[in-house]
Amino acid sequence: METNETRKTLLEVKDLRTYFKTDAGVVKAVDGISFKLSQGETLGIVGESGSGKSVTNLSIMRLIQSPPGKIVGGEILFEGDDILKVPESELRSIRGNKISMIFQDPMTSLNPFLKISTQMVETILLHQDMSKKEALKKSIDMLKLVGIPAAEERIHSYPHQFSGGMRQRVMIAMALSCEAKILIADEPTTALDVTIQAQILELIQELAQKLDTAVILITHDLGVVAGLCDTVCVMYAGKIVEKANTDELYARPSHPYTDGLIKSVPRLDKAQNGKLFSIEGQPPNVIDLPPCCPFHPRCSRKMEICTKQYPPVVDLGKGHEVACWLYAENKENSTDE
Amino acid sequence: MSEKEIKKPLLQVRDLKQHFPIEAGFIMKKQVGAVRAVDGISFDVNEGETLGIVGESGCGKSTTIRSISQLYTPTSGSVVYNGLDLIKAKREELLDARKNMQMIFQDPYASLDPRMTVRTIIAEPLEIYKKRRMLEPQMSKKDIEDRVEELMERVGLNRAFKNRYPHEFSGGQRQRIGIARALALNPKIILADEPVSALDVSIQSQILNLLHDLQEELGLTYLFIAHDLAVIEYISTRVAVMYLGKIMELSRSSDLYKNPLHPYTKALLSAAPIPDPVIERKRQRIILTGDVPSPNVERVGCYFYDRCPYKMEKCKTNIPPMKKVDEHHEVACWLYE
Ligand SMILES: Nc1ncnc2c1ncn2[C@@H]1O[C@H](COP(=O)(O)OP(=O)(O)OP(=O)(O)O)[C@@H](O)[C@H]1O
Ligand SMILES: Nc1ncnc2c1ncn2[C@@H]1O[C@H](COP(=O)(O)OP(=O)(O)OP(=O)(O)O)[C@@H](O)[C@H]1O
Ligand SMILES: [Mg+2]
Ligand SMILES: [Mg+2]
Repeated sequence: METNETRKTLLEVKDLRTYFKTDAGVVKAVDGISFKLSQGETLGIVGESGSGKSVTNLSIMRLIQSPPGKIVGGEILFEGDDILKVPESELRSIRGNKISMIFQDPMTSLNPFLKISTQMVETILLHQDMSKKEALKKSIDMLKLVGIPAAEERIHSYPHQFSGGMRQRVMIAMALSCEAKILIADEPTTALDVTIQAQILELIQELAQKLDTAVILITHDLGVVAGLCDTVCVMYAGKIVEKANTDELYARPSHPYTDGLIKSVPRLDKAQNGKLFSIEGQPPNVIDLPPCCPFHPRCSRKMEICTKQYPPVVDLGKGHEVACWLYAENKENSTDE
Repeated sequence: MSEKEIKKPLLQVRDLKQHFPIEAGFIMKKQVGAVRAVDGISFDVNEGETLGIVGESGCGKSTTIRSISQLYTPTSGSVVYNGLDLIKAKREELLDARKNMQMIFQDPYASLDPRMTVRTIIAEPLEIYKKRRMLEPQMSKKDIEDRVEELMERVGLNRAFKNRYPHEFSGGQRQRIGIARALALNPKIILADEPVSALDVSIQSQILNLLHDLQEELGLTYLFIAHDLAVIEYISTRVAVMYLGKIMELSRSSDLYKNPLHPYTKALLSAAPIPDPVIERKRQRIILTGDVPSPNVERVGCYFYDRCPYKMEKCKTNIPPMKKVDEHHEVACWLYE
């Protein structure tokens, strides 16, 4: 694995906050998160349902529906320029050209009434200067690349004529056909079978390497992260609670949540008798969260202060950061948020 | 889970087939084919054990459970519960057997009636059997109330929430409601269709632990279905691997990971991600090509033929029978002739 320091930073998210106004109150879906992504790097974002993974990435793409959503603070620097300051009219040059995205559910992002060919050609023409014929050829090539058999014929199918795995591969082909520098994949394999998942992940990895694309991979599967990512951010209730390179995170999970999460997964390679480790309770509702550690009601190591104040981010060295009071006490280099 | 060697079969499934007709024509409906969802499977579920069935989407797992519980009328074969062939049983006998055979479903959102309170949901099986005068001993209104509260407590739900509706609960809590309902009639065997697939990792381990405890306490037998191999390996005494409506391999769960025999099992195991980057990097993946083929075709050879990396001439035109390779391990593959 290469050290990220030697590579150029492509994307830097600084203190991003995205809130939703709802009848029940303000949903702080993403509440002050920061991370960097270097060229060619694969960054994993893991977390439970509702922790803010998708909202983070929709914010990067400026796809937050407003109202009810609003990016209320922070910066998203793409090669130094703040995406949040780009006027709406220029957003197209970012989406697709610089950052492309594979969505959680391929059916919602493919138009069911248009042939795959039409959709792919349109996407390519939007971002690249070529003739329709060339775009069609490129589309077919991309479909072949992602392993769709008989691509010349099948490109003229409608999305429903493809299986879930094939649709997901079409999505990847479309995302990659833009030759963007960053590919955001939001749970690209959650709806798929393990054998198909293995194919797709292998494909993303291979193509990203070939094209030197940086990848943000959103998933709740700790196994997928372990196999694919250089760096991992663990999200909980709209915050990044821990961030480290993958080996470091699995070897020394420091936040009690990360630690519990890794231990809760049944493992094929280890015989497990008796009970699984389990974190009691449930993730909090992110409406009107008090300014304390959101994990404290479920934490086995909580202290008085955890119930009163949000923990500072502590650097444990080698870029391993954790937001937890356990480490703040005996560390002077804790920074206030 | 402990490998208790209890040999008494509670449920015997023999050559079970469940085909769904494919019809064409508007006025004169004509059968033009069949979806061979379950296409001849045999296994025993022994008293006190957990038999896990694992396989990819569409391989016929849910259909298996539904035809066992006679929600569908099986096309052929036999399902013998405690000596009684359910397919041939009279209505009364079937109702009585069903009392001992309860189901838990995958989707805790869809499987609970949103208009019913938790109390009504859990008490419903009791009320139904009370009306049929098949409860022994008969239960009074008060008995049923007490039983509901006892069940709620047992599955980790606060009894004060008795009068709430499903939408007021999280996914994990709804799954607990489903479990309480399944336990209401004191069944002997629980047929669980992906009971943890829709849950987050930390909630999944809570529910797996609950099912584990209930089994020990109440001496329950489980037929447990999932697509996640690690979950299946953890919860099961024995595991059946299913593909396209057929069982490919059946073994003690501890042997399956250590010594998989069928090429499909090997691929499935190697595709399942393991949450450990050091192991993941070293692993050799068997990446299967293509998608799972259609179950609408009658097959004359091995069902896995299209995707098998080791296929031989013989496999094309001969269906391999289940063969015992040792006392606890059976496989349907010509490689082990
Ligand atoms: N349009 C919206 N209006 C109100 N709340 C929203 C909206 N979109 C998202 N949220 C809330 O923001 C929070 C974060 O949602 P997000 O979709 O980012 O979660 P996630 O981590 O991607 O979860 P999952 O794993 O289920 O995809 C959730 O509490 C969600 O209910
Ligand atoms: N009522 C039905 N009528 C027609 N075909 C059906 C019916 N129920 C299931 N099938 C088909 O039978 C096959 C097996 O479906 P089944 O739901 O049993 O799969 P499964 O293994 O439970 O999959 P999943 O993991 O997606 O739940 C599929 O091809 C499905 O489309
Ligand atoms: Mg999401
Ligand atoms: Mg199913």
